[in-house]
Amino acid sequence: MAEFALPKHSKIVKGIDYPINSEAENTKKINVYRWSPDDDENPRIDSYTIDLDQCGPMVLDALIKIKQEIDSSLTFRRSCREGICGSCSMNIDGTNTLACLKSIDDVKGDINIYPLPHMEVIKDLVPDLSKAYEQLTSVKPWLQSKSDPEKGKSRKQSPKEREKIDGLWECVLCFSCSTSCPSYWWNGDKYLGPAVLLQAYRWIADSRDENTEQRLEELEDSFKLYRCHTIMNCTKTCPKGLNPAKAIGEIKKLQLERR
Amino acid sequence: MSEYEIVDHEHDVVVVGAGGAGLRATLGMVSGGLKTACITKVFPTRSHTVAAQGGIGAALNNMGENDSWQFHMYDTVKGSDWLGDQDAIEYMCKEAIPSVTELENFGVPFSRTEDGEVYQRPFGGHTLDYGKKMARRACAAADRTGHAILHTLYQQCLKYQAEFFVEYIALDLLMDDNGKCVGVLALCMDDGKIHRFRGHQTVLATGGYGRVYFSCTSAHTCTGDGNAMVLRAGLPLQDMEFVQFHPTGVYGAGVLITEGSRGEGGYLTNSEGERFMERYAPTAKDLASRDVVSRSMTIEINEGRGVGPNKDHIFMHLEHIDPATLQMRLPGISETAKIFCGVDVTKEPIPVLPTVHYNMGGIPTNYHGEVVTRKGNDQDAVVSGLMAIGEAACVSVHGANRLGTNSLLDIVVFGRAAAQRALKTVEKGSAHAPLPKRVTDKILARLDKVRHSNGDVSVGEVRNSMQNAMQKHAAVFRSNTSMKEGVQKVDTISKGMDNIGIKDRSMIFNTDLVEALELENLMQQAIVTMKSADQRKESRGAHSHEDYPERDDKNWMKHTIMWLNEKNKTKLDYRDVHLNTLTNEVASIPPAARVY
Repeated sequence: MAEFALPKHSKIVKGIDYPINSEAENTKKINVYRWSPDDDENPRIDSYTIDLDQCGPMVLDALIKIKQEIDSSLTFRRSCREGICGSCSMNIDGTNTLACLKSIDDVKGDINIYPLPHMEVIKDLVPDLSKAYEQLTSVKPWLQSKSDPEKGKSRKQSPKEREKIDGLWECVLCFSCSTSCPSYWWNGDKYLGPAVLLQAYRWIADSRDENTEQRLEELEDSFKLYRCHTIMNCTKTCPKGLNPAKAIGEIKKLQLERR
Repeated sequence: MSEYEIVDHEHDVVVVGAGGAGLRATLGMVSGGLKTACITKVFPTRSHTVAAQGGIGAALNNMGENDSWQFHMYDTVKGSDWLGDQDAIEYMCKEAIPSVTELENFGVPFSRTEDGEVYQRPFGGHTLDYGKKMARRACAAADRTGHAILHTLYQQCLKYQAEFFVEYIALDLLMDDNGKCVGVLALCMDDGKIHRFRGHQTVLATGGYGRVYFSCTSAHTCTGDGNAMVLRAGLPLQDMEFVQFHPTGVYGAGVLITEGSRGEGGYLTNSEGERFMERYAPTAKDLASRDVVSRSMTIEINEGRGVGPNKDHIFMHLEHIDPATLQMRLPGISETAKIFCGVDVTKEPIPVLPTVHYNMGGIPTNYHGEVVTRKGNDQDAVVSGLMAIGEAACVSVHGANRLGTNSLLDIVVFGRAAAQRALKTVEKGSAHAPLPKRVTDKILARLDKVRHSNGDVSVGEVRNSMQNAMQKHAAVFRSNTSMKEGVQKVDTISKGMDNIGIKDRSMIFNTDLVEALELENLMQQAIVTMKSADQRKESRGAHSHEDYPERDDKNWMKHTIMWLNEKNKTKLDYRDVHLNTLTNEVASIPPAARVY
C-alpha cells in the first residue's frame, strides 16, 4: 500500500502566547505563523494580544505594533503602508490581501495571519517570490514595437485606446491572486498564474504594442494559459479590485479568434 | 571578521537603489553597454517612487498654452526661494521635454488628451508667463503617475537584462586611501552573506529620509541609507534643514492626497467654511507652492480655525467635482480617502494636515550627478567614483522648497544624466585596484556591533523618541528656543543607540537587524537636520523661522553643508548658490519677493 507523508515542516504546532499585561478593554488576539530557517523546528503559531485603543486601524499597524513593542523578531515585508507598493501581501483571516489595506475591524474574533499560501517560506510571513518574478520576466512585460516613434515625439493614443488598459496597469505585483489560485498551487511551475497573465494582457491590450501575435503565440500553451479553469479566486481576492480572471478570459478569446 | 562569508563582484558601475532614479540610471548604463549592478533593499517596484501620484513636470505644451521650459525654470527658481542652483535648474527643465517623451516611448501609460497626446494638469507653483496664470504642465497617468513610471522603468530594465541584487541592504561605501569611492558593501537579506561590489562609479539612488519624523507620507523604507553612508564616508550633506511638508496628508494616517486633486479643482476650507488660501495667495490660491500652503494651513489651525472636535486639521473638498472626472482623473486618492478615513469624496471633504513629504537636502552633486564637496576654496570639488541622484541628492534643483511634479522629473532627468556621464567617464571592463582588507573590516565591525547588540532599549523605543523630537522641533514653524531644545533632545536620544538591543540573531531575513541599521542611518540624519536648521537665521522656503521671519539674501543665500564625525559631532560650512545659468538661452533670474 502506498504511504503518504507530509513534506518536512508541514505540521504547524502551537507556539508562544503573549498575553496582554495591562487592563486594556478593547483587545484583540492575533495569531501569526512563525517559521525560522535557522533551526529544524516545525512552524508554529504565536499569539499576541494587543490593545486596539493603542493601535492604528489596519492589520499592518497591528503587526508593526507587535514588532515594535512585543517581539522584534517577527518578520514580514512592508513599505508604503498605503496599498501601492505590494510588499505586505499575506493571508489574513483566510484571504490573501495587503495587510496595510485590511481593516482590523473587518475581522470578527481572532485574526489569523499566514504567509501567502503554497509558496516557499523564507521566514515567518516572508514568501520566496523569485519564481513568480521569473514568470513575469518570461512574458516580456515591456513595450514591443516594430516601428520607432517619430524622433522626439510621443506615440499617439486616443483616450478610448488608453481606456483599454485601465484595470490592467494598476497591478501592484503582490501576487495575492496567483497564490489564491488552486490551479497555480498545483501547477505553479508551469502555469503562469493570474498576476502574470494580467501583465501579459496589459501589453496585448495596449494600442502602442505591435507584437500581439507573437505574445499570443507564446501564451498558446496548455499549461501557461489554459490551466486557468475560471475559478475566479483571483478576482475575488485582489486587494486592488482588479479583475485578472477577465484579462485571462480576454486572452483566451483572442486565441480562439486566431484559430 | 572571518565569521562573515564575503562574495565579491566586479562591475563597471554599481547603482544603489531601484526607485525611479536608480532604475533610470541602470537602464541608461546597461543599454549603453556598462556592466552594471543594481542593488536594492526592496524589489524594484516596491520602491517609494511607486507612491508618487499627481504627475511629472515638463513643458510639453500639449494643452495649447504656449508653455515653455523657460517658464518652468522660472517657477522652479521661484519655488526654490532662490536657493536652487540655476545651472542645474535650467538643465532639468530643458531636459524634461526629451526625458518625459522618452518615458512615453518606453511605454508609460500616461492619460491622454482628446487628440491622443499626453494629458497635463495644473499643479502648485507652475505658471505661464512668469506667474501670470496657472499652467497645465504635470504629465499624469491618472493619479498613479509614480506607479506608471516605476513599473515601466523596471520593465525596460528587464528588456535589457539588467543585473539586480534584490533585498540587499547597503552597509557602507568602500573608500580608498585617496578618498575615492570604489564600491559598496552590502548584506544579502536572503542568506545573510556579505557582498562586496566593486565599481568605477557608485551611484547612490537611495531616496529620502522621511522616517526621521513621526508623521510622514514616506514609506517605512525611506530611511536615507545613502545619505548616512555619505556622512560615514567623511563627506558632507547639504541643505538638510529644508524638509517639505505636503499640505494634504490624510489626518491621522499621514498617507498622501495628491496636489493634483487641487489641480483638478479641489480646495481647502477652515472651520468657518472659508477658502482661506485666497487670502494668502490671491493669484495661485490653493495652487501656491507647498511651503506657502502648509504654512497657511498651520496659521489657520494655530489661530483656532481648524476643523474637527480638536480644531486640529483642515478640510479638502472634491465633492463639487463631477464624479466621472474623479473616477477618471483621481481614482487612487478616492480609494485612499475611502479606506483611510471612510470618506466618500463625491459627498464629503477629506480631513488633511501638512505632513512631512520630501527632503530638499541631501548629497551635494553637480548637474551630472557627480558628488561634490568643499575642499578649501574649491566649492565644487568632485568626489572621485561617487554619484548621487534623486531625492538622496541635492543638485540643487529644489533649493528651499520643491515644486510638485519636480521630484519625478528630478529622478528621471538626473538618472539619465548620471548614465550619460558614466558612459563618458568609465572605461568599460577596466580593472579594479586592490582594496586593503581593513576597509571591509571596519564596516563589518559596525555591522557586528549592531547584530550582537543586547542593550535594554528596543529599536522601536529609540526610533519613537527621535521621531517625536523631530516632529516637534523641526516643524513647519521653527524658533530659536524650539530648535535649541531639539538639538539637545536629538543629541541625548542619539546616545541611546549605545543601549539598543535586538532579539533576532539570525542572518537570514533579519529585519530586526535591518531596522537597527536603518535607525542608525536615520539618527545621523536627524542630528544633521536639526543642527542645520538651528544655524540658519532666516526664513526661506520650507525653513520658517519665527525669530527671523524674512529671507536674508545678503547673509543666507548659500547652501549649508554639514559633516558628522564618528562621535556624532558636526562641522559646518557653506557653498555658494549657482546664480549663473548653464547656457545663454536664458538669463539668470534675479531674487525677488515670492508672491503667489
